[in-house]
Amino acid sequence: MNKTDVLIIGAGPTGLFCAHQLGIIGLSCEIVDNLDKAGGQCIELYPDKPIYDIPAVPECTGEELTNNLLQQIKPFNVKFHSNERVEKLKKVENRWHVKTSGGVEFDVAAIVIAGGVGSFEPRKFPVKDCEKFEGNSLFYSIKDKSIFNDKTISIFGGGDSALDWAIELSNSSKVNLIHRRDGFSGAESSVQKVKELNEQGKLNLFTKYQMETIVGDNKIDCVKIKHDEGEIKEIKSDYVLGFFGLIMQLGPILDWGLNINKKTIEVNTESFETNINGIFAIGDICSYPGKLKLILSGFHEGALAARGCFKYAKPDEKLRFEFTTTSKAAQERLGIKK
Amino acid sequence: MAKITFNTHDNNTYTVDVQNGLTVMEGAVQNDIPGIDADCGGGMACATCHVYVKEEWLDKLPAKEDGEEDMLDMAFEPKSNSRLSCQLTVSDNLDGLIVNIPSKQG
Repeated sequence: MNKTDVLIIGAGPTGLFCAHQLGIIGLSCEIVDNLDKAGGQCIELYPDKPIYDIPAVPECTGEELTNNLLQQIKPFNVKFHSNERVEKLKKVENRWHVKTSGGVEFDVAAIVIAGGVGSFEPRKFPVKDCEKFEGNSLFYSIKDKSIFNDKTISIFGGGDSALDWAIELSNSSKVNLIHRRDGFSGAESSVQKVKELNEQGKLNLFTKYQMETIVGDNKIDCVKIKHDEGEIKEIKSDYVLGFFGLIMQLGPILDWGLNINKKTIEVNTESFETNINGIFAIGDICSYPGKLKLILSGFHEGALAARGCFKYAKPDEKLRFEFTTTSKAAQERLGIKK
Repeated sequence: MAKITFNTHDNNTYTVDVQNGLTVMEGAVQNDIPGIDADCGGGMACATCHVYVKEEWLDKLPAKEDGEEDMLDMAFEPKSNSRLSCQLTVSDNLDGLIVNIPSKQG
């Protein structure tokens, strides 16, 4: 059990800056994120795209912004839990117990949800029957590639993940690569490699095809794929892999009893607390009259939510308002030596 | 100004006036039309504003920019008449446009 004052859900810019604000007022926190790294949408959707409306920063990329925020919270040694999605929430006396998908447990005084538009999850096949094979013979990511040795694998997608895995697995498995069009979004060198392997018969490439149905009882037997013009092919497959990027979903947070309206959580604008005492929401995921989905608004919301957490974390103390330019306590927390 | 019609997968039809210069996605979001999520807010980074364009309109739309087709690879059940509605800027020429909204965005 990880015991800390505040659990922040989401390591995007808003969550990271909230950790800073908690640190400044002397509260500890840990951060959970379903991605493998910090940055949220800034890193996942637009790492190289410029942002022009961060106050006092005329221009920076999503990646630069993330790195600067990580630098800014370094003095607080915040513990990160990547690749974890929060699932269960339980109130235990005055504290919250939270459990993640990977079984990590937290005991906290308050929770700040900074989850953006939701956690990033793999996009799935539209074909309904795919669900029953998921996790045993149909996957959206690969953990142990040795299970594919000498098997027939059908890979769907046209981005780097699909191409890279098709190339890699073609060494040890029989690979079919199926994509909805002739063009690919993955790197040109990988596209050329896949075409070469196809010509050499080391891989079978099917373009302008999409999955029509998937057939099998406990294990996949074959997939039927349909051409743009209507022709259907049946390909025997032991395993099916789908690489269609990521989509954002609210997930289990929906069941926590929060007031949710159009995929956002209603909050008050005094402390950004939700309808549940001790649970706060900030950034793109919160809504209130006048809400702007800007990073700068997330910073403001995080500063107020951090102060809102104080009374739950230190019920017997009174929070004193101080400036970092003059506060001895804040400067000590920042590790500034004079 | 253009009248744009959205047909949802459960057979509801919404016709709304959208100001020139806005995108079809913005027209849908401002009018609370269900089924257009637009998670990334128009950055061509999420494919959750995916629509199917009525065939007769396909040639009249602005051409796809680099990257739109790549994003459509990620969309739910893409077809040959798929577009991202955040990439369709409204003008008088689009008056009467009809699009179908897929059953899901992801």
